[in-house]
Amino acid sequence: MLQVTDLHVTVEDKEILKGLTLTINAGEVHAIMGPNGAGKSTLSAVIAGKDGYEVTQGSITFEGKDVLEMEIEERAQAGLLLGFQYPVEIPGVKNIYLLKSALNAQRKARGLEDMPAPEFMKLVKEKLGFMKMDASFLQRAVNEGFSGGEKKRNEILQMLVLQPKLAMLDEIDSGLDIDAMKVVADGVNSLRAEERAILLVTHYQRLLDYIVPDKVHVLVDGRIVKTGDAELAKQLEANGYEGIEESAA
Amino acid sequence: MATEEMEQLVRREYKDGFVTDIESDTLPPGLDEDTIAFISKKKGEPEWMLEWRLDAYRQWLNMKEPSWAHLDYPPIDYQAISYFSAPKRPEDGPQSLDEVDPKLLETYEKLGIPLHERAALAGVAVDAVFDSVSVTTTFKKELSEAGVIFCSISEAIRDYPELIKQYLGTVVPVADNYFAALNSAVFTDGSFVFVPEGVTCPMELSTYFRINAANTGQFERTLIICENRAQVSYLEGCTAPMRDENQLHAAVVELVALDDAYIKYSTVQNWYPGDENGKGGIYNFVTKRGDCRGARSRISWTQVETGSAITWKYPSCVLRGKDSIGEFYSVAVTNGRQQADTGTKMIHIGEGTRSYIVAKGISAGKSDQSYRGLVKIGPRAKGARNFTQCDSLLIGDKCGAHTFPYQEIGNSTATIEHEATTSKIGEDQLFYCRSRGISEEDAVSMIVNGFCKDVFQELPMEFAVEAEALLNVTLEGAVG
Repeated sequence: MLQVTDLHVTVEDKEILKGLTLTINAGEVHAIMGPNGAGKSTLSAVIAGKDGYEVTQGSITFEGKDVLEMEIEERAQAGLLLGFQYPVEIPGVKNIYLLKSALNAQRKARGLEDMPAPEFMKLVKEKLGFMKMDASFLQRAVNEGFSGGEKKRNEILQMLVLQPKLAMLDEIDSGLDIDAMKVVADGVNSLRAEERAILLVTHYQRLLDYIVPDKVHVLVDGRIVKTGDAELAKQLEANGYEGIEESAA
Repeated sequence: MATEEMEQLVRREYKDGFVTDIESDTLPPGLDEDTIAFISKKKGEPEWMLEWRLDAYRQWLNMKEPSWAHLDYPPIDYQAISYFSAPKRPEDGPQSLDEVDPKLLETYEKLGIPLHERAALAGVAVDAVFDSVSVTTTFKKELSEAGVIFCSISEAIRDYPELIKQYLGTVVPVADNYFAALNSAVFTDGSFVFVPEGVTCPMELSTYFRINAANTGQFERTLIICENRAQVSYLEGCTAPMRDENQLHAAVVELVALDDAYIKYSTVQNWYPGDENGKGGIYNFVTKRGDCRGARSRISWTQVETGSAITWKYPSCVLRGKDSIGEFYSVAVTNGRQQADTGTKMIHIGEGTRSYIVAKGISAGKSDQSYRGLVKIGPRAKGARNFTQCDSLLIGDKCGAHTFPYQEIGNSTATIEHEATTSKIGEDQLFYCRSRGISEEDAVSMIVNGFCKDVFQELPMEFAVEAEALLNVTLEGAVG
């Protein structure tokens, strides 16, 4: 589904990713772990198309299409969706309005009509209930005055409504207490499906107790130095990244 | 996003730019007492009206064009302007839509104003002003059954001279300011509304103004009077064809509300703003003022300003009556090289008077925008209250937003609140929306409409939809 090959990325003339290769197939959950500054968030930002990241070498394809040639919105319309570590506030724009615009923009790109309002409301209310969010969230401005936990839930809510093919979650666990983490993890787990892949970017193993990945990659200094299953994450927790770096060297 | 890319995106074309080819009965450029006599005669006006105009003209000659506004434009040559232009048609004018020049109707169609449909479906009486002459008036009969007079100001001068003598120039005196004096001397048409005591006007009144003949100044004069306990909602919408020469527009609008009367005046303005280098475009110098003359009367101005090269406009309320209310809700959008100096004046004279100001300014491209507001509380205005909210939204890094709030408080019992914010559409906001599959333009429009929501909800329904659409056209590609 997603193929990243020998990816080199520079930010402000500094090389962050130095030849990263990654293959994600439909139905899989991948976790990328690594110390601060290893380039974890850079990877998901580049895939989503954020400005300021220069790809100097390598390629990214999604379902055979060249992702780097696509506009930001085209990537989302193709089914690549990024959940933000720090979702931005948009005053004046209601949450429900953003959800509806995003869903209908994606439907339009796929040649579908706008979803009828009653159907949309039913969908949103169901997902809202799943994320244990109050209906008043819909009427609030996007992320405005949301607590850290509310913002993260809101990101997952969008995922549940938009149903991407590849959901990328950047440090979705940061700043969450244990109850909020469980709700977020339940939301992510409910996305697991044959036809869908999930890419988790995280610093801590903790999240992976709730969302058990099929594959764990250790990213150090711009490269994936080790790949394993969920067990690898547990080793990391016990030995830290230092040990991995040494064994990889 | 790179700067060049931004600049490219900000460029856009004026969608309403086309010229209707209708023969005009146009006066050659120039202004003197003969010009005024010609206009007055052409309008079939009585002698006292001509004298009124000449008085204004003589005062204007001794006045100076104001220079205090935060605007920069070359001097206007008032002798290079033609002061009268009327579509060439039988002197009586058409009695129904069937008699209207089909080309004109076509023009309205292009602007998305299906006149008959709109009139019939929405129950809106439309007094369409094309250049300087009222071409068609619908629903006049229904209105007259309710006792409401809705006609062109020229007709009113002929048919209701007593009302005109009683009210014209009482809110905006002939020598109020330079542009108002000019208008008083040379106004060619406009609307007149009179709602008698106790009557709520049975429909929303709407006028579409359009400037057409090349090099023609347009000087509209509008007078709306609501007697005791009368109510009216008046809608004004404007678009203009593309043009090279700058066109001067100096309108005067006067509103009079007596005891317990309510006048709601809504404007959507989309005149040609000029090209990307600032060439062409309408110069809009407007004096709009409402007089809350009666106790508990209320006047509400709502405006959406997207057009014009230069805007100089301060719809105001004089709160004379005890417990009267003045409101001003405004969205002003500038793009390209547009300049706008706009705001309001709330003059509290009576006891217990209240005023609300919500002004939203959006600047994009290389445009420059100022909010200028005066809240004045007189010594007799015991317990007067004002609330002002003034927000600016910047798109890109080449535009400007300025706020000039003035407060003159002559009474210690007054309560004044002022809130102001300035924000910028951030790249991170756009990235967030786009990463959800929403196009850049839709994202901008979503954020801008969210910003303007408080004002749009004050507009009558059909106008709110139009305003939203207009905003999207105006800001097409204006991303930074």
